Amino acid sequence: MTSGREEVEAGALLASTLAAERLRIVATLIRRTGDWELAEDAVQEAAARALTAWPRLGMPENPGAWLTTAARNAAVDALRRAASERTTAGRAAVESLVDLEEDRARALGASDPPSAPPGLDDDRLRLIFTCCHPALPLEARIALTLRTVVGFEVGEIARAFLVAEPAMQKRLVRARARIRDAGIPYRVPREHQLAERTEAVLAVLYLLFTEGYSGGEELVRVPLAAEAIRSTELLAALLAETPQAPEVLGLLALMRFQHSRAAARLDAAGDLVLLEDQDRERWDAALIGTGVAALAASEAARRRLGAPAGPYRLQAEIASVHATAPSASSTDHARIAALYARLARVQPSPVVELNRAVAVALAEGPEAGLVILDALDGERIERHHLLHAARADLLRRAGRPAEALPHYRRALELAPSEPERRFLERRIRTLS
Amino acid sequence: MQYLLFIIGDPAAPAYVPEEDNIEEWVQEVDRRGIGRVGDRLRPPADATTVTVRDGRTILTAGPFAETAEWIAGFDLIDVDSLDEAVEIAAKHPMARFGRVEVRPTWPFEETAER
Repeated sequence: MTSGREEVEAGALLASTLAAERLRIVATLIRRTGDWELAEDAVQEAAARALTAWPRLGMPENPGAWLTTAARNAAVDALRRAASERTTAGRAAVESLVDLEEDRARALGASDPPSAPPGLDDDRLRLIFTCCHPALPLEARIALTLRTVVGFEVGEIARAFLVAEPAMQKRLVRARARIRDAGIPYRVPREHQLAERTEAVLAVLYLLFTEGYSGGEELVRVPLAAEAIRSTELLAALLAETPQAPEVLGLLALMRFQHSRAAARLDAAGDLVLLEDQDRERWDAALIGTGVAALAASEAARRRLGAPAGPYRLQAEIASVHATAPSASSTDHARIAALYARLARVQPSPVVELNRAVAVALAEGPEAGLVILDALDGERIERHHLLHAARADLLRRAGRPAEALPHYRRALELAPSEPERRFLERRIRTLS
Repeated sequence: MQYLLFIIGDPAAPAYVPEEDNIEEWVQEVDRRGIGRVGDRLRPPADATTVTVRDGRTILTAGPFAETAEWIAGFDLIDVDSLDEAVEIAAKHPMARFGRVEVRPTWPFEETAER
């Protein structure tokens, strides 16, 4: 007989063990079997077994090792069940899984996980790079990363991206088939490809983060931002000794700074609160602190390599100026404008130029910002609501409300989210 | 795995610069690594004949199967370990710069049963 208390304890232990070990176990099973679905199912089955076994038999001394063995056994069982229909590949996978016991002893046998920085052949790194392989369509990279790296249920991913569960299931099946049929390798890219491939991984992680950050369905999407940060932390640890470290740490810092404002971005009514109007008491000071630390680590790694600062790193620095300013009025806008100018050189884009215009306006006055906006090549950005909102805002600040109004209205037409639309409607009401 | 590289001409690509055409280097590398199976240029699309059989009748059409600005100018069959290696080889082909290269895995008939 088990008491409720033991079940609660088992649940908590399982959750923390999965958080620490799930990715490593899934990644190793995929390498050994080449079967993504089997690996994910095996870990799920192992977790279910743990929930019934641990309260009955007592908590294992090394729950990570317990889960690894249980998942391996589940995978071996599944493969043996299917063995009659399988080719030699299936039998090879069974044999390879039996060896896994030794791997586990190496990885988990000591009381603590290895403290040395993991080598570049770490299974988790393999998995992340394969999920984010640029030969996969972007939507497939996102779905695979959420399913396999983060460990979301298919239903959760479907809800976060507002599609039906069977459609998401199909997308995942197609993605796994493409990895197999196109010959996408399950490995960390070779050194000469590592830079651009890491860029692709960072783009997926940042996209996950911004989906969680800017989405209207707050309750569903907020965990996305937190999971994106967690995955970036892992990536930063895994790539700590590579030339990619400064940018990964830069992205990590950027996410932490942005996420620190999550509680202050919306008011009680769910309306958008501008950065300058946010209650800084509600910013997460601890998260800002870890953001500053990541930024410092990024700079240290950059100096070691003698490389120029990359785009994520520069955006993180901009976010850091905002996050560490005691008030909106004391923010160093001249420094922010200078950082945007550097960013525009590293990664030229109309959106960067737009942000630079706003920063210059805050540093030197709205007319100076309007000059930059006028010089922007409009075609690509014409349908971007922020261009119109920014122009409207600068005109308003310059004391030209009549000219501002049509731009606010155009921004309202294009704005993608409900809080943004409500904000623009309020502005239009106060001006007209 | 075997991949067929379709060497594609693209009128929107940068102008062809003969001095930057390093096709000989490319062929040497493929030969040295022993990954090339077969490859050749193709006559222009105007010299193509498209074969269609409908209701038992064979219909020949002068010209390529589709009217597109891009055309297949040549092909190479290579045998490498993974898509990454195929992409690396394709990216070194001069026509990746003066046109495009489509990388397509072959699908051997003996694999059909499993898929």
